Amino acid sequence: MIKVTIDDIEIEVEPGTTILNAARKVGGEIVPPAMCYYSKLPGTGGKCRTCLVEVTSGSAANPTPMPKLVPSCSTNCMDGMVVKNSTSERVFENRGGIVEFLLINHPLDCPVCDQAGECHLQDLAYEHGAQKTRYEEERRTFEPIEIGENIKLHMNRCILCYRCVQVANQLTEDRVHGVLYRGEHAEISTYIENALDTDFIGNVIDVCPVGALTDRTARFKSRVWFLKPMEAECSCSKCAGKAVLWMFGDEIYRVTTRKDHYDEVETIDDKTAWICDECRFEKKDKSQWNIIGPREVDRHSVISQGKYETKIGNQPKKIE
Amino acid sequence: MSGKKLLLENIEIPGIETFEVYRKSGGYASVEKALKTMSPDAVVEEVKKSGLRGRGGAGFSTGMKWSFLAKPDGVPRYLVCNADESEPGTFKDRYLMEKIPHLLIEGMITASYALGANQSFIYIRGEYMWILQILQKAIAEAHQHGFLGKNILGSGYDLELVVTPGGGAYICGEETALLESLEGKRGNPRMKPPFPAVKGLWDCPTVVNNVETIAAVVPIVNHGGEHYASIGIGKSTGTKLISACGNLVRPGVYEIEMGLSVEEFIYGDNYCRGIANGKKLKACVPGGSSVPILPHYLVCKTEAGLDRLMTYESLADGGFKSGSMLGSGGFIVFDEDQCVVRNTWNFARFYAHESCGQCSPCREGTGWMEKVLNRLEHGQGNMRDIDLLADINKKIEGNTICPLGDAAAWPVAAAIRHFRDEFEWHVNEREISQKRNYGLIQEKSTSLA
Ligand SMILES: Cc1cc2nc3c(=O)[nH]c(=O)nc-3n(C[C@H](O)[C@H](O)[C@H](O)COP(=O)(O)O)c2cc1C
Ligand code: SF4
Ligand code: SF4
Ligand code: FES
Repeated sequence: MIKVTIDDIEIEVEPGTTILNAARKVGGEIVPPAMCYYSKLPGTGGKCRTCLVEVTSGSAANPTPMPKLVPSCSTNCMDGMVVKNSTSERVFENRGGIVEFLLINHPLDCPVCDQAGECHLQDLAYEHGAQKTRYEEERRTFEPIEIGENIKLHMNRCILCYRCVQVANQLTEDRVHGVLYRGEHAEISTYIENALDTDFIGNVIDVCPVGALTDRTARFKSRVWFLKPMEAECSCSKCAGKAVLWMFGDEIYRVTTRKDHYDEVETIDDKTAWICDECRFEKKDKSQWNIIGPREVDRHSVISQGKYETKIGNQPKKIE
Repeated sequence: MSGKKLLLENIEIPGIETFEVYRKSGGYASVEKALKTMSPDAVVEEVKKSGLRGRGGAGFSTGMKWSFLAKPDGVPRYLVCNADESEPGTFKDRYLMEKIPHLLIEGMITASYALGANQSFIYIRGEYMWILQILQKAIAEAHQHGFLGKNILGSGYDLELVVTPGGGAYICGEETALLESLEGKRGNPRMKPPFPAVKGLWDCPTVVNNVETIAAVVPIVNHGGEHYASIGIGKSTGTKLISACGNLVRPGVYEIEMGLSVEEFIYGDNYCRGIANGKKLKACVPGGSSVPILPHYLVCKTEAGLDRLMTYESLADGGFKSGSMLGSGGFIVFDEDQCVVRNTWNFARFYAHESCGQCSPCREGTGWMEKVLNRLEHGQGNMRDIDLLADINKKIEGNTICPLGDAAAWPVAAAIRHFRDEFEWHVNEREISQKRNYGLIQEKSTSLA
């Protein structure tokens, strides 16, 4: 085990643990926001730069500070490393800059976006963003496209985190989904408008931190905070069938995976509980599910704002 | 005196692009010497002694890079030559490969031997398609004469050399993007660490070197590392190819001894012969579009009043406040009629176009800067835009995956630092600035209105 200090809190972690995962072991304010890293998807991280932190001492053996801020999601802890996240002025300022970059071309169409209420960019902008934009240029726009029967892509809202690319890479065969073009013209797309027609592609919706990929079967049906999340299971030959049903009265509006505190798909029985497209898009009848009970919403989002009781209240986990 | 030449010495010999003439002129001696009389480690040792620094732009010690190469048992190692040369202002590798292709092939063989690579690659900019053919011909000739293939010169050493065209993007010149592209993927830079020396091409230990760096291995092995190190000043050893362009009487590719004065290089008879059309020097970007621009009074002299020399150290003297960098040797000269705002916008446009778009500060920041500069240049800017640019710069610099973000930020930062008046003039004199250039010094706008 090695010792690392983050915002004055000392923790012991296994060698090879990233700064971000070390911080997540403690929880609370010292955890940097992560828009692209997704622990269940190897190869993600390093791109959005919201998780940048300051390393004031590289290690016990070499205590010099690191000159640049480093991405905590993809920088390993060293024994004796000292990291500043919420206590660093530099981090605060640069993170504000990153959030601004993510927002300059964002349409800010939250009022008509299905992700509103459970959107990481909303949370991030709320915590680190400025009141006003300094961007006076025309925003970049794309036409929304339907990628298959069940998924809609609003490229305008995409932050190019590449999570969905990794889902397509890792959970499906014959990937036709990826990034086209470069720079600010880069876009997520399928090669020549191919439909995403595989058993697990629906998971791209759940990993998308913003409203760029949404569920067409649930589109515009209801704001997420009016729905009641219920933990449910079914027997399915393709996946473990462990899901969350988003209900309005007796009606199932939407089916998603079960997500943890960091909004990542939960690990159940040692497996990442991705759900198959049949469970997600087709099982919209109560009789198809065994409903276990209300789902705790363990996130400081609007969904939990007084609407649902949670184990730990509406705040992010505090340091015990 | 035009100084010692180590790379371009024989370039004027007719037929030097053919194996016959190249060999008769002493070519492939370094391969013979290395394979027959030296161990691979001895070659690495000579390169270390030479003080050679990477000619691709960063100037990292080549000997050091080579000695970092991991050598696990049973895992192949690769040498990859970076011939993607796409930095605006830089066209030295092109000249070398076009005129004397066997020098690069020879360097590749000797360097591959030193590193223990049995398969090496030259990744060449896609737009250099005709040079790709020149290199392929040279490789075929080297094969025929037993300098490539199995059991080279009876030494037991095998090497295959492949040239592949690049993906058509500047970013593919960044070494890890290059490796991705070489593997057939989208040319997005990788996160470092791990460095290519540990996990490079197909996850195997790999050295990526610039064309000129690899060519320099030839004289280093032929004459010894110490001889190479005796040329130049301090930590800038040997000779350097400089591609000079802009408003010069005689632009072109020059091989200079490190330590030549910038003044001699711009004005000397053996070099660029001064500013064209009798104009005055306004500014200079001494190392390719990524490095800070220098105003005329900091080109030939440093801030401390010392002569500015063509070395890594002297060009960087004064840091970002009053210095620049040797970079890739793309020496761009501007006369008094050139517009710094327009040029800055032009560079910004390039970086916005070439960003891979992977990380948010570079993807969004380069596009934003381009748009603001476009407005400023076209008489639609405001004073606050100038500070905004400086601030966008700060938020990009150091916060990106690869150095393209920095490369996009530095030129803008330096232009504002040294030419702020000219930016402000574009805001204050919106109409006049559309009709004429600012010139060297501020002239009263009324005199022309
Ligand atoms: C955006 C970008 C573009 C680059 N383009 C080139 C290039 O065209 N040629 C080159 O030799 N190095 C280029 N480099 C530098 C390479 O990443 C690498 O440092 C170099 O090839 C190493 O070779 P050297 O040690 O011999 O200089 C580029 C770097 C960046 C960040
Ligand atoms: S569509 Fe969503 S998941 Fe995919 S890259 Fe964009 S923001 Fe990320
Ligand atoms: S800095 Fe720019 S070019 Fe480099 S990885 Fe990031 S987006 Fe791509
Ligand atoms: S979460 Fe670390 S860079 Fe995106």
